[in-house]
Amino acid sequence: MSGSAPTIAERIPDYEPASAAALPRLLSGIRPRGPLPLDEHVEVHGQLPSAAGRGRRRAREHAGMLIEEIERAGLLGRGGAGFPTATKMRAVAGRRRRAIVVANGAEGEPASLKDRTLLESLPHLVLDGAILAAEAVGADELVVCVCESADTGIGSVAGAIEERAASGERSPALRLAPVPSHYVAGQESALVNYLSGGPAKPTFTPPMPFEQGVRGRPTLVDNVETLAHVALIARHGASWFRELGTPSQPGSALVTLSGAVAHPGVYEIEHGASLSSLVTAAGGATARVRGALLGGYAGSWVSGQLLNGVALSNEHLAPHGASLGAGVVLLLSEQACPVAETARLARWLADQSTRQCGPCVHGLDALAGTIEELAAGIAGARVAQRIDQLASLVARRGACGHPDGALRPILSAVQVFQAEFADHARHGPCAACARPVELPLPERPVSDASNREARR
Amino acid sequence: MSHRVRVNPISCEAHGMCAELLPERVTLDEWGYPVVDETPLHGSQVEHAMRAARACPTFALLVERERERARR
Repeated sequence: MSGSAPTIAERIPDYEPASAAALPRLLSGIRPRGPLPLDEHVEVHGQLPSAAGRGRRRAREHAGMLIEEIERAGLLGRGGAGFPTATKMRAVAGRRRRAIVVANGAEGEPASLKDRTLLESLPHLVLDGAILAAEAVGADELVVCVCESADTGIGSVAGAIEERAASGERSPALRLAPVPSHYVAGQESALVNYLSGGPAKPTFTPPMPFEQGVRGRPTLVDNVETLAHVALIARHGASWFRELGTPSQPGSALVTLSGAVAHPGVYEIEHGASLSSLVTAAGGATARVRGALLGGYAGSWVSGQLLNGVALSNEHLAPHGASLGAGVVLLLSEQACPVAETARLARWLADQSTRQCGPCVHGLDALAGTIEELAAGIAGARVAQRIDQLASLVARRGACGHPDGALRPILSAVQVFQAEFADHARHGPCAACARPVELPLPERPVSDASNREARR
Repeated sequence: MSHRVRVNPISCEAHGMCAELLPERVTLDEWGYPVVDETPLHGSQVEHAMRAARACPTFALLVERERERARR
């Protein structure tokens, strides 16, 4: 995947931009500041589709119909893994014990702001989806998890829960849970562990959360954007949902665009939209782009030379070894050094280990050390083999997906920025190494969430 | 019904007993943690593997039946 690869422009089916009326969906009614109140939310989207109030049996039939509708819609989870939502719901609904639904807004990924944006600005859409999901799987308890450092999001969800209670809107037992902000805390089993009274660290599976989740009960853990889509599918149906997106990845998606772009922020796109249309909507690039990190810090790099041919859907990104993940699109400018950035990122990823599994603790640390040495030009001649060896010692050997996720941006950087890595291995730091860093890591946030631009 | 060896990486503390007792299936990486061949065990290896699993000081070595793995 070097510069010699042909651009893939000709392999992308002609992209017809969605009609102006089709978007936004999720971001309809969003205000420049502050949450959309319940009455205005109902004005924009209509009432919560009814299920209860018609006897328990009718309610259960209705709930089963919602899962079928979600299956027909082809909704895939928006937390990064892209697992079919209906399959997950069915697994939870099929268990004997009473289920619990967890709306996952932990969003520990530093380059992602989309879940925070939804919770801050459109909490009722998330709550609608969570309540519908709870009804669909027969849950009597609903927990909305928000990153404990997201003060605005916590305030707006708490306010929305109060508004609902005051309005008498139907809901299962609904509570807000601020959760630790570290990177791996949002991992499904870590969240379940935390909500059961343990540390926010992943557990060994099986049992999976759908079998034994929070306090041993079957638990549906869905990303908050996924639930917001559920709220819209319940209102408008599967065919409507499929009017946007690609056949294998239908619908719209929230992306967090940052880096070398005029207006970084959260945008709603349809799957399959070209990256260039997104960058144009964000006011264009502010510099020549050396590469794009797609899918965030568990995602992969695509070379800047290929960006004009890139469409934002997993089938279009697969030839690049990339995927959209949780919707992070990060543009690295030509000013930045991809080797220095990768060394920083590798160290940060190693530090995010919850230090439970040996291969993750030792392997990611050794890999970060090797990349740091390479960036400094002191790694020795066999550094490429050493990177491969460490990658094979890390891959698929953790209890959770963190070690595998961490390998992706590191290994894809080594491939995509081959020339830069070779140059550093031989000659050490380059002129760009001294320039300000670009990848947002916690000591240098991507942007103030209250200044974000959420639009389109 | 086929059996496979698996490690619980959270429980594992790199005692290395498994590589001593089941070298045909387990080698150790450079930090002392087991690298396990997860292909199905031959019938004659199952009892042997189970003995190794029982000897693990942290019970991190698991011998799983196919049915249990399918649920993952």
